[in-house]
Amino acid sequence: MAGSTNINITPPRWLLAELTYACPLQCPYCSNPVDYAKYSSELSTDDWKRVLTEARKMGAVQLGFSGGEPLTRKDLVELVKHARELGYYSNLITSGYGLTEEKIIQLKEAGLDHIQVSIQASTQELNDHIAGTTSFHHKKEVAHLVKKHGYPMVLCVVIHRENIHQMPEILAMAEELGADYLELANTQYYGWAHTNRDLLLPTKEQFEQAEQIAQAFKEKVAGKMKIYYVVPDYYEDRPKACMNGWGTTFLTIAPDGMALPCHSARDLPGLDCPNVNDYSIQDIWHDSKAFNFFRGFDWMKEPCRSCDEKEKDFGGCRCQAYLLTGDMYTADPVCSKSPEHGVIQHAIDSAKATASLKSDEKPLVFRNSKNSKGMSSAVDIAD
Amino acid sequence: MTINPDHPIKFSPMHRLQWEEAQQKYVILYPEGMVELNQSSAEILKCCDGIRNLAQIVSELEQTFATTGLTNDITAFLEVALQNGWINQH
Repeated sequence: MAGSTNINITPPRWLLAELTYACPLQCPYCSNPVDYAKYSSELSTDDWKRVLTEARKMGAVQLGFSGGEPLTRKDLVELVKHARELGYYSNLITSGYGLTEEKIIQLKEAGLDHIQVSIQASTQELNDHIAGTTSFHHKKEVAHLVKKHGYPMVLCVVIHRENIHQMPEILAMAEELGADYLELANTQYYGWAHTNRDLLLPTKEQFEQAEQIAQAFKEKVAGKMKIYYVVPDYYEDRPKACMNGWGTTFLTIAPDGMALPCHSARDLPGLDCPNVNDYSIQDIWHDSKAFNFFRGFDWMKEPCRSCDEKEKDFGGCRCQAYLLTGDMYTADPVCSKSPEHGVIQHAIDSAKATASLKSDEKPLVFRNSKNSKGMSSAVDIAD
Repeated sequence: MTINPDHPIKFSPMHRLQWEEAQQKYVILYPEGMVELNQSSAEILKCCDGIRNLAQIVSELEQTFATTGLTNDITAFLEVALQNGWINQH
């Protein structure tokens, strides 16, 4: 197996608690696995409390309550309270769907530190189309309530071909809503986004134009609003330093209790990702096969192995290497040094060709249980 | 952005200053982020209670650490803190 001995293992700092795969929205770029419907079991409240306690003891301090839609868990307030008592900084990552003022107050009293609300577009029509749910006005109302009750408010907008032209309006909306932070997340092509890539990936020209507009805005609002810009790695020369290095910083726990070095790692073959039902967080972090698999540099192939940038980007994303080339040990193909870099240009060309089709010729595959069950059986047949 | 010497300085309610046992240091926590602090930076920020102004903070720290001449260092750090939104003055 990969991995190597004598590596200095740093403690986890970031815990992503994916409380559930249930979600009232159907965003076609969802990062959950396409076959999520297979994993219907969820950890109990006591299991989650134990996970939070054990990870905190090791040094985790940033905690994301995510999903699916974390608000669908009835015990969310109880878990937030437990997290606050342990000293976590708790982030609620939500669509805002179903979030009432009463709940916002309850969560505040329980010790929640911050709420990130996602909005899909700057217009009701496009937001509701992408979300697959009538939700635009409620989301804006939620954003106002989050501010009203003294939380820092992060507005998250996932950027793709259907909304990239709205960049000026999206920025104006963030300003109007009084966002403290605006996350402009260029779609990362995993999970459902990979399935829909031909319909979501913008052209390079579209990216560059949108980035220029965002950059000018960033300067304008400096001191008032911070902008987190998630780069579109298909148009970069070098890969992202995925997860800040495998098993160095990030720990994701999936709804069924599977512990993952990154939220897509479930799809990598042969990792035998451990479950918190069977092992402590301490054992998982230090001793499991999965968390040691890509620690250090011994697993690397060329050109990564002798690359002078390997300590900066760790060869990029293992999940992306596997997804796009079928080889999880190879360089992330977004790197221009990768021998498989051609798959990126192919993806860009394919998306461009699809852009000229009518929407009924190749419709978006929305993220819902029916489509997920369809994809699960497709995956099973392929296996 | 510069520090107004007359106004009190307050640690931002949008951030949290916390001792981390595992790291043996103070950190500033904010949405999806963390800054690790050295001891002197943490001591300065702990004085930003929304009551004391710059001169009072300097005097407090000089007394605590039985030293003098901290004005420039403290002012420089607080200006960085102000730019990062860790403190504010109203």
